[in-house]
Amino acid sequence: MEAEILEIRDHISRHPPFDGLPDDLLDKVAGAVEIAYSKAGTIMAERDRQVQALSYIRSGAVEVYRHNGQLFSRLGEGDIFGQFALLRDGQVRFPVQAIEDTLVYLIPKSVFDQLCAADDDFADFVELSGSRLKSTVEQSLRNNDMIATPVRRLISRLPVMIEESASVQEAARLMTEHDVSSVLLLKPGNDEDSDRMFADAEGRQWLLTGMITDKDLRQRIVAEGASPQTPLARISHGWIITIQSNESVNEAMLTMLRNNIQRLPILHRRRPVGVVYLSDIVRYETNNSLYLVNNIFSRTSVKALARLTPEVRASFVRLVDEGATSRMIGGAMSSVGRSLMRRLVELAEADLGPPPVPYCFMGHGSLARNDQSITTDQDNAMVLHDAFEPKRHDDYFKELARYVSDGLNACGYPYCKGGVMATNDQWRQPLARWKRYFSDWIAKPDPQRLLHSSIFFDLDAIHGETRFVEELQDLIAARAKASPRFLAALARNALGRTPPLGFFRTFVLEQDGRHNNSINLKGRGIAPLNDVIRVHALGVGSRGQNGFERLDEISAAGALPAGQTDKLSYALEFLSIVRMRHQAQAIRDDHEPHNAIQPDRVSDSERHNLKEAFQILSNAQSFLRFRYPSPSR
Amino acid sequence: MILGKHQRQASPSWADYFARQAEACKTPALKRFYAAGVPAEEGPIGDVPLVALDFETTGMDPREHAIVSIGLVPFDLRVIRPSAGRYWVVKPPRPLTEESIAFHRITHSEVEQAPPIAAILDEVLSELAGRLVVVHYRNIERPFLDAAVMANRGEHCLFPLIDTMALEARWERHGRLRGIKRLLGIQPSSIRLADSRGRYGLPHYSSHHAKVDAMATAELFQAQMARHFGPSTPVSDLWI
Repeated sequence: MEAEILEIRDHISRHPPFDGLPDDLLDKVAGAVEIAYSKAGTIMAERDRQVQALSYIRSGAVEVYRHNGQLFSRLGEGDIFGQFALLRDGQVRFPVQAIEDTLVYLIPKSVFDQLCAADDDFADFVELSGSRLKSTVEQSLRNNDMIATPVRRLISRLPVMIEESASVQEAARLMTEHDVSSVLLLKPGNDEDSDRMFADAEGRQWLLTGMITDKDLRQRIVAEGASPQTPLARISHGWIITIQSNESVNEAMLTMLRNNIQRLPILHRRRPVGVVYLSDIVRYETNNSLYLVNNIFSRTSVKALARLTPEVRASFVRLVDEGATSRMIGGAMSSVGRSLMRRLVELAEADLGPPPVPYCFMGHGSLARNDQSITTDQDNAMVLHDAFEPKRHDDYFKELARYVSDGLNACGYPYCKGGVMATNDQWRQPLARWKRYFSDWIAKPDPQRLLHSSIFFDLDAIHGETRFVEELQDLIAARAKASPRFLAALARNALGRTPPLGFFRTFVLEQDGRHNNSINLKGRGIAPLNDVIRVHALGVGSRGQNGFERLDEISAAGALPAGQTDKLSYALEFLSIVRMRHQAQAIRDDHEPHNAIQPDRVSDSERHNLKEAFQILSNAQSFLRFRYPSPSR
Repeated sequence: MILGKHQRQASPSWADYFARQAEACKTPALKRFYAAGVPAEEGPIGDVPLVALDFETTGMDPREHAIVSIGLVPFDLRVIRPSAGRYWVVKPPRPLTEESIAFHRITHSEVEQAPPIAAILDEVLSELAGRLVVVHYRNIERPFLDAAVMANRGEHCLFPLIDTMALEARWERHGRLRGIKRLLGIQPSSIRLADSRGRYGLPHYSSHHAKVDAMATAELFQAQMARHFGPSTPVSDLWI
């Protein structure tokens, strides 16, 4: 092979989707490449023009636009464009413009077609819609455990069945006896043609005709005043939706959701082998952490709780390994954190006696957002009943706060460096005072108050009088939305931490001594992304705390251009899951997990997705500026 | 402008020279080379088929030194086609010195097994025929090829070419601020191939291979045209 082909081959072989190609296909690509140069500003692909080749960026950068002129994506070295046109009719949909002087390798359509035919991974890569980040996130969803696990694993007992000629009362007795909320209806039969026919253990032929649930008994018998002697056949729906035992848990869930049902009989071939409940699936999903949570509540001392730390970490690693999403992991870890805190409060109350006035322990930050990871400070505060009198009551609450805070520290949730803890007098106040805090912060924002807002406005009740926190959430949702000045200030504040991208596509690495040549995923990615999402969420009056929930509400309120919330949600998911994966790896390697990653230690495609995620954050920050301008005075 | 045109018409043009050589030359390959002609002087560069040409030689003097390898890549302002290019290692009449081996990374054995230049001249000429040659630094390829053709065929091989180094010098060395820069003691920027490419954001190649350099030269020329000229620039503004 000649030297210049080697130069080309070397380069493309380092970038997806070419990095996965076998050698002979790589040779074919490199040997067929043609080269073209475009200076910055050149339109490289015009809408509705025909393209004959896939474009691979050897150096430089381009932007791809939507029909309406909106930026669709920004591509750099090693990226490809033109695949969508090639896959359809060869017509350019999204115009492409060089934003830097750009050298492109053109891979002729004939070779592109051969690659698609010969290599499934290549075909998947180019066919997946639009964004690589999106496809990566969706792929990890697909790889999820729920897809791999057959639904029969969830069966815990044989199905309860009854002849449909029996009375409603007999069915109700049977259901009570077996403590189930549904029963399958049968009738004797030998209808060979029906796919509902099966033989029981004794060889008798039965036909599965339907299912009766608690709800049917309530609606069709009790509410109607019908006789308990009514034959079941009379109230049967006469149809039944089932699933095969080897289908996936996920498919079972989708079937239930599609048909709006809570129970799904499972068949092995034609024989009913069980009934799966929607709640079984929910339980299955959170199995690990549920177990851990149970364990937490059985511990009777801070020391015993602290000994659970390795188990907390192990359950985190397991969730990551099982391919759970960051949202699932964040939710599970948050419920662990929440349970620990609750248990600590219970232990403290057992020590200190009942509280002199009602109160609520609240959590902030990741705990409130339900996106806790493994390395997380404690952020908490206390809302006291307005009958609180400092002289008479504060000793108790101060001690309670100290007990919980020390306990959390012992359990691996270090003290908050910013002092956001109920041990701090300022953050242990009656409800009225909290309302005044929040109203003042919204009415007259200053740098300190904005900082407080971005911490305390993610809040959730952990233990005690939940309504106190709900009142505060209501206040925030109502006031912030109506305060353009506050939103503008908070928006400006959200621009403080920029993603670690230099002038287009290059990572800006931290040189802080501890994690050299690294990127702080939390500080430069997840946290600023949450800042952006929070501003929009407050802007639409959302009471949601979780980033993804907030994005759903932002999307429903139409506060962002179409597709933007999806992008933000992909970026949030990707940055979060990469951070979690690196933390899980650190735990496996017996290192202390942290938030930094070194971009030269990650794969090309992960690096690429990181850049795309950071780019989405960067774009979202720019948009924030325009969405919430400072009101003119 | 008008004066310039008259001047050019007064002196014999490349087209005239090619026409005369096509008649006069005895060597069939040269006859064909000249008969393919040259692009119209006032024609736009965007329409002209080009070929980037790079030689590696044992030295700078065509009378003393010899060609070691030849790389060429056909292209135009739209697209460069490395796969349609050619590459030859040739055996010089005199043995290679150690220095030139280190420089070119072409080994003795490669050269020993290579054909002499005489054996491939016809092929080279047919690849060049009908295309305007683009080189980086004009004083190698044309004089060395002419010397080789003269030595082996007894006839001249001369042709117009575009020198990307000379083009680069136009704005890097002869810009309006030249005098001031010299007064201020600012070093003129390098117009070597790799450095010139850097100014256009072109990637770094592991150089000193004739075909890689030819490809690199083609890329540089596309970049120069994109930045400083346009596809409608008349050929006569560029060739020398």
